[in-house]
This record gives sequence, structure tokens and C-alpha cells, in this order.
Amino acid sequence: MTWDWDFTVEILPDLLRGFRLTLLITFSAFGISLLLGLVVAIFRFLKIPVVVQFLNFYVSFIRGTPLLVQAYFAFFVLPYYGVVIDAVPTAILVLGVNYSAYMAEVFRSGIEQLPKGQWEAARALSIGTRRTWTRIVIPQAVFPIIPVIGNYLIQMFKDSAILSAITVLELLGTSLQIGSRTFRYLEPITLTGLLFLAVSFPSSLLVRRLEKKYGSAH
Amino acid sequence: MTIQVTVLGIALTVIVAFVAGLSGLSKYWFIRWPSYVFVEFFRGSGLIVQMFWLFFALPIFGIEVPPLLAGVLALGLNMGAYAAEIVRGTIASRPKGQTEASIALGLSPTQRFWRILIPQSIPAMLPPFGNVMVDLLKNTSLVSLVTVTDLTWGAQTIRTNTGQTVEAFLAILVLYYLLSLLLGWLTNYLERAFALDRKAHGVSRKRTLLGAMAK
Repeated sequence: MTWDWDFTVEILPDLLRGFRLTLLITFSAFGISLLLGLVVAIFRFLKIPVVVQFLNFYVSFIRGTPLLVQAYFAFFVLPYYGVVIDAVPTAILVLGVNYSAYMAEVFRSGIEQLPKGQWEAARALSIGTRRTWTRIVIPQAVFPIIPVIGNYLIQMFKDSAILSAITVLELLGTSLQIGSRTFRYLEPITLTGLLFLAVSFPSSLLVRRLEKKYGSAH
Repeated sequence: MTIQVTVLGIALTVIVAFVAGLSGLSKYWFIRWPSYVFVEFFRGSGLIVQMFWLFFALPIFGIEVPPLLAGVLALGLNMGAYAAEIVRGTIASRPKGQTEASIALGLSPTQRFWRILIPQSIPAMLPPFGNVMVDLLKNTSLVSLVTVTDLTWGAQTIRTNTGQTVEAFLAILVLYYLLSLLLGWLTNYLERAFALDRKAHGVSRKRTLLGAMAK
């Protein structure tokens, strides 16, 4: 069997539809992970007893278990407790929560590399806690971690393919579906790989440029 | 099975990482370029897609790939590509003086590489390598999607056979977590064993390194 161009053209619209869902999942999950990650990072920084232990465990547990298993867990186990959500929102939630643990670590590194003098100066100038965070700490912590966050975004984009395992018809899910319907896997899967590559390679070049601009956080 | 896949995957990753990483440092473009293309290709297109490609697309060309091989191959090539960047990056970031000093001492390029640059780079490589290994362990769960009967597959089987969904998935979550903690400790131990100067009070840098190498 060889490459069939007619078939390729025929399946392209379906794949592009799946690709749109991939992008939707990636960016929604990215938003969740940024917000949740920031909240986790700030609460860990405040070092409230019990809360900090819990959050440390949260980060290490999520980073220590596979995304696929977390997705299965959310998809198969949560309904037992009466939480019934569709596959796509589940996918977004799982990916977002998963990466929030990584984002929390990134934010932490951003906050921790801030010189102590900044905190002291803010205090000396009697700037309130909230203003210290929003005006002093966060703006300075954000720039060095932009490239790192960019890398995680690319990784989320590629990892979203794992969610095809919980019946989400994103790019990979669509191409596997086409494969099982037509018994031709070569074209859909190759196209899928190329589409992923076509987005993530230029983006990683962009991130590298950002790294040069802002300096790496590590 | 998960452990078997992990061990095979780590072995392949390390080999791929050093071959691709070192050839990425080559002064000849015809060695450097393939390494660059390989790394960017495997980093760019996602592990799970690669695994399915090996599993579904290769048999179409008449190359029969058993599921385990497809899984390990995809894992090793993908994680190897990430690790190759670590190898290339750490060796490239050794202080220039080391290279200059070994040239001045009349070491051959081969000696310079194997005796000076690589032993020095290993401690710096270990922490990021540890991360790659934990990633690899977690990514072994994907082989269940190409019908390898690993831990995740086991949980799925229990789910469909007995309906004890909660217990099965909770159990493997904990198991994966323990395994990755274990890998983390292992990396920490290796880091200490290969440390260049952390514990080197009173002992010369060189002796510590030799002691670690002899272990």
C-alpha cells in the first residue's frame, strides 16, 4: 500500500476540524493552568501551615502521575460521585489542572529569584501587601518566566493528543477514527504528526527568541 | 510490564541522547544536521502520535512492529530527543578554558571528550536527566493505548471486567506516584555520588570524581 493523495485531500477537512478542537482544548486549558498555577504558587509562598503541605503534595502528586491516568480517573471515576461532565470539558479540566502544577513551580521560581531587597524596599516604602504583589512582585516575576511558560504551552498542545484516549475527537482522535473507519491509518496519522510539527516547531523557534530576549529563568 | 518498559525506555533514551547529543556537537555539518533534524522532529510532533504512527503506519509498509517494540521505540526516540538537547547543552556550556587547557596539555580530541568534558558534564546532566526519566515513567502509560499490557492497561481491564473503577484507578495513581518518587530519590542519590565538589572538603576535586567513577 502506498500513499493515496485523493484520500489525503478527502480527510483533510475532518482533520482540520479536529485540529480546531485541539487548539480550543490547548488554549482553554492553558488559561486554567495559568490561573490555578498562580493561585497555588502564591498560597505556597504565604506558607500557611496545613495549606502549604497540602499544596506541596498536590504539586508533587500531579507531577508524579501520568496525564493519561489522571484523564481516565476524571473520566471514569468522577461520574461515580455524581459529577458528570462531557468529554471535552473533562479534557480541558484535566489538562489545565495537570499543567497548573507545573505552572505553580514556574511561578515559584519566578517569585523566588526576585531579590529580597525588593520586598524590603516595598515595606520600607510602606506599600501594602496587595500592592506589593500586584505592582512589584508579579510584574517583575513574569518576564523571565515567559519563555518557560511558552515551552509549557507547546507541550500542552502536544499532550492534548493524549486526551483522545477519553473519546475526545481532537486531531489525533479524529485521525484514529478515520483509520478505524477506512482501515487506512498511514495518511491520517502522518498528517496528524505533520500538523503538530507545523505548529510546534515554529513556536519553539519563537520561544527560543524570547529566551534570548528575556534571558532564561534557569 | 510498566517497569520493563521503563527500563528498556531509559536504556534506549540514554543511547539515543548521547549519540544524537554528541553528534549535535560535531564540527561537520553532515553529522550535525541529521542530529538537529532528528531532535526537532521528535520533539515537535508529540510522543503519542509517534507511537500510533509506529504501531499503525509501519505495518502498511510491510514492517510488522510488535506493540512492545513500537512503544519502547517511540518512548526512547522521543525522550532521547529531549535528553539529547540536555547532553548537547551541558557539554557545550562547559567553560572554554577546559577545552583550551586540554589542548594545551596535548590531549587528543578523543581524550579531551571522554576524559575531560564528559566526566565534568555528567553531574550537570543528572538533574535534568532525572526529570526526563520521571517523564518517561509517566509516558509509559501511553503504551497501553497501543495494546501493551502495562499498569494502565491492567486498570482498564479491571474496570471492564469487575467494574471496580474507583479502586483500580486510585491504586495505579498511587503506584505511579510511588514509582516516580523512587526515581526521584535515585536521581538524588546519583547526583550525590557524582557531585564534583559539594562534599569535597579536604578531598581534592579530582579524587572525588575518580572515586565516583570507580563505584
